[in-house]
Amino acid sequence: MAQLMDNDLLLKVRGLKIEGRADETWNQIVNGVDLDLKKGEVLGLIGESGAGKSTVGLASMGFTRDGCRISGGSVEFDGIDLVNASANVKRQLLGKRIAYVAQSAAASFNPAHKLIDQHTEGPTQHGVMSKSESENDGIELYRKLRLPDPDSIGFRYPHQVSGGQLQRAMTAMAMACRPDLIIFDEPTTALDVTTQIEVLASIREIVEEYNTAAIYITHDLAVVAQMADKIKVLLKGDEVEEADTRTMLSAPKEDYTKSLWAVRSFERPQKPPVAVDATPVVRVHNVTAAYGTVPVLHDVSFDIHEGRTVAVVGESGSGKSTTARCITGLLPPKQGHIEFDGQPLPLDYRKRTKDQLRQAQMIYQMADTALNPRSKIGDIIGRPVEFYLGLKGAAKRKRVEELLDQIELEPSQYIDRLPSELSGGQKQRIGIARALAAEPKFIICDEVTSALDQLVAEGILRLLAKLQDDLKLSYMFITHDLATVKAIADEVVVMKDGKVVEQGLKNDMFQPPHHPYTDLLLSSVPEMDPDWLDNLLAERGVDNIGDAAVDKMG
Amino acid sequence: MQRLGLGLLTLLVVSIVIFVAVNALPGDFAQAILGQGATPEAVAAFREDLGLNRPYLTRYFEWLAGAVRFDFGTAYSQAQFAEFAGSDAGSGLGSVAEMLGPRFRNTIFLAGLTALIAVPFSITIGVLAALYRNSVFDRVANISTLTSISSPEFFLAYILILFLAVINPILPVLSLVNDEMALTERIRMTLLPALTLTLVVTAHMMRMTRAAIINLLASPYIEMARLKGISPMRVIVRHALPNALAPIINVIALNLAYLITGVVVVEVVFVYPGIGQLFVDSVKNRDIPVVQACCLIFAAAYILLNLMADILSILSNPRLRHPK
Repeated sequence: MAQLMDNDLLLKVRGLKIEGRADETWNQIVNGVDLDLKKGEVLGLIGESGAGKSTVGLASMGFTRDGCRISGGSVEFDGIDLVNASANVKRQLLGKRIAYVAQSAAASFNPAHKLIDQHTEGPTQHGVMSKSESENDGIELYRKLRLPDPDSIGFRYPHQVSGGQLQRAMTAMAMACRPDLIIFDEPTTALDVTTQIEVLASIREIVEEYNTAAIYITHDLAVVAQMADKIKVLLKGDEVEEADTRTMLSAPKEDYTKSLWAVRSFERPQKPPVAVDATPVVRVHNVTAAYGTVPVLHDVSFDIHEGRTVAVVGESGSGKSTTARCITGLLPPKQGHIEFDGQPLPLDYRKRTKDQLRQAQMIYQMADTALNPRSKIGDIIGRPVEFYLGLKGAAKRKRVEELLDQIELEPSQYIDRLPSELSGGQKQRIGIARALAAEPKFIICDEVTSALDQLVAEGILRLLAKLQDDLKLSYMFITHDLATVKAIADEVVVMKDGKVVEQGLKNDMFQPPHHPYTDLLLSSVPEMDPDWLDNLLAERGVDNIGDAAVDKMG
Repeated sequence: MQRLGLGLLTLLVVSIVIFVAVNALPGDFAQAILGQGATPEAVAAFREDLGLNRPYLTRYFEWLAGAVRFDFGTAYSQAQFAEFAGSDAGSGLGSVAEMLGPRFRNTIFLAGLTALIAVPFSITIGVLAALYRNSVFDRVANISTLTSISSPEFFLAYILILFLAVINPILPVLSLVNDEMALTERIRMTLLPALTLTLVVTAHMMRMTRAAIINLLASPYIEMARLKGISPMRVIVRHALPNALAPIINVIALNLAYLITGVVVVEVVFVYPGIGQLFVDSVKNRDIPVVQACCLIFAAAYILLNLMADILSILSNPRLRHPK
């Protein structure tokens, strides 16, 4: 291949195999991946969790996490063999010529040191710049990345800076030595949409300005469409296909890629509006709540009717989950009340009857932490069956099996397993079964799909939809993902700073005119069009997107 | 401020416990000093003399009121002596404070010297063990510190005497320090017990340093530091250690408290005039004012050191030092 002779070739990976250690044996987790990256080029690496994206990304820095090892193939960076290079040689490249931007900037900045000190560490340790030069350069980079107060923000500790700002500070830190290659490992996954869009815009701008090559790892296709020149799709450690971004989006070859592209097509038709005089299953009535003396909810009201899904959307800190805590009685409101089938509920869950408790169940975001790791599936689901319905022995087991059937897991196969023996999606299904076990009328789904891959998330949404139709359930669906809202909601409540800014039927909400904040939320959701970010920036200008625009609203 | 208040409250509770416990001991000073053959009348008269027959509550508050002014009353053993000498009980030579003062200074000196050696030593070893974890160095460090903590203190002391005083006569066998000594001479005298105690306390501190650091090595910011091409030593010292300080400080505080309160055996071996020996003697003689004063000092030392550990932990954590 002529391309290989090209002097511009920066990174050349051939037949990369990586093994991971589990239970005393080595299992192959990456089965021979090839990768070429030219100077200034951006490669998008996409796939579901467990596809080996991050592992490949780190391996292209010559780094493997503990419990992983490169078992075959080669990684060449600018002619240097990184697989066989000594730790010393690699150390001289890392940070200086190859840099890394991690998924969670909040966890990846050292809490004990100020941002600027962490920024200057690379340049000073590698002898690229003096500390004061690097400090000035850092401030310049902060300015370029449009961080607020670029002159002083570096002198704060990580916990004093917001998540989106940290992510940009981390990009600045990666840029500190002006590397040739940056690995971005899901840099915006943990951010709100309005924050994400700002970070995306600044990353792209700075990568273009310094002509830095980058590997952009993500599971979000719409994001990668904005960032990458070419895209490689991974599935369980194998390469599925690679093509330039536009070709990949318009004409994917492989079925798997097509299925990834099709995920976003799931959309439930909105149910007809309920009769005006219908009694809602749950009515949140003028609820005001506070944590201690810190007010978090102001006069929140909305209704949830039988068989309907109300999606509560908003950014982190907008009061979505707090509202759920008020409904369940975990956080008694200071003012207002909660009605169930027209009857006011005691505000504190301790004062509610068993039957009142039974009627409202919850499904959590992190199925991992919401299931007792030491209990078998049968016991996890069996406990509410016994507690609320008083079933024991064979009757209990029969009910558990029915529930497992309902969530489409084969009872005989799963009833005796531990949560750790299930995949993320299966764990979430167990969470659903546990909620169903109480035979409730109303379920609160708190970000139930946001920790899942898109294909798996779609499966969960379809299951929830089916259960709703079969059992006439009402859902309160807390999410920050508008694609999920589009897929499942009947009605939408938009929250900001503890207040409801807009509410209405789904079809109305996705049609203009919008409340300005709803409009901003909607416009910040990346689309599969590679020109989307360019168009949006051209249309609105950098200062009118994302958090900057939110701030302008006051 | 709240912590300080809590510390004082704890001290008050401890003082009650001490008073009750000490007075619940079987037998009293009068019986102990007069022996088995004493007539009940003699014992009663002796008690009267010492004020032992007054109600507990009165004695407690008297004692407490004195204690806050560092006046711990008169040692019974000294009271006797003072009376014979013709001076009034409770004045001059015989006060507990005067008895304890020099002893307490000696104990603090020994504890301080030990801390000066042991703390930097154990943290250094701990850091190195974390850096070269699972290497030969790590294992040797672990085994030797564990061996030294598992051996009885007097055994360690005799081993050190054997090597550093008998076979190679570098240091004196006995640590008979007094206030007139020059500092260097005093350090030379105290070095052997200090080294013994270092061996005793190193294991805890070193292992906690190692464990606290290794605990953090899987965290994302350590991975980030490695991916910045930072040297392993710098990763540990600059990125892991500052975040591992809180548990290390707490273990150090506990060990320092031990150095003040638990060194009786070592004091006996080296004939070091510290507070521990005095304490044991006083318990033996039922010399209640001295016992009470010692207990109170020990409790205060524990509370003070833990308070300091809390404060230092807060200072070492930017999240607590600079709230949002």
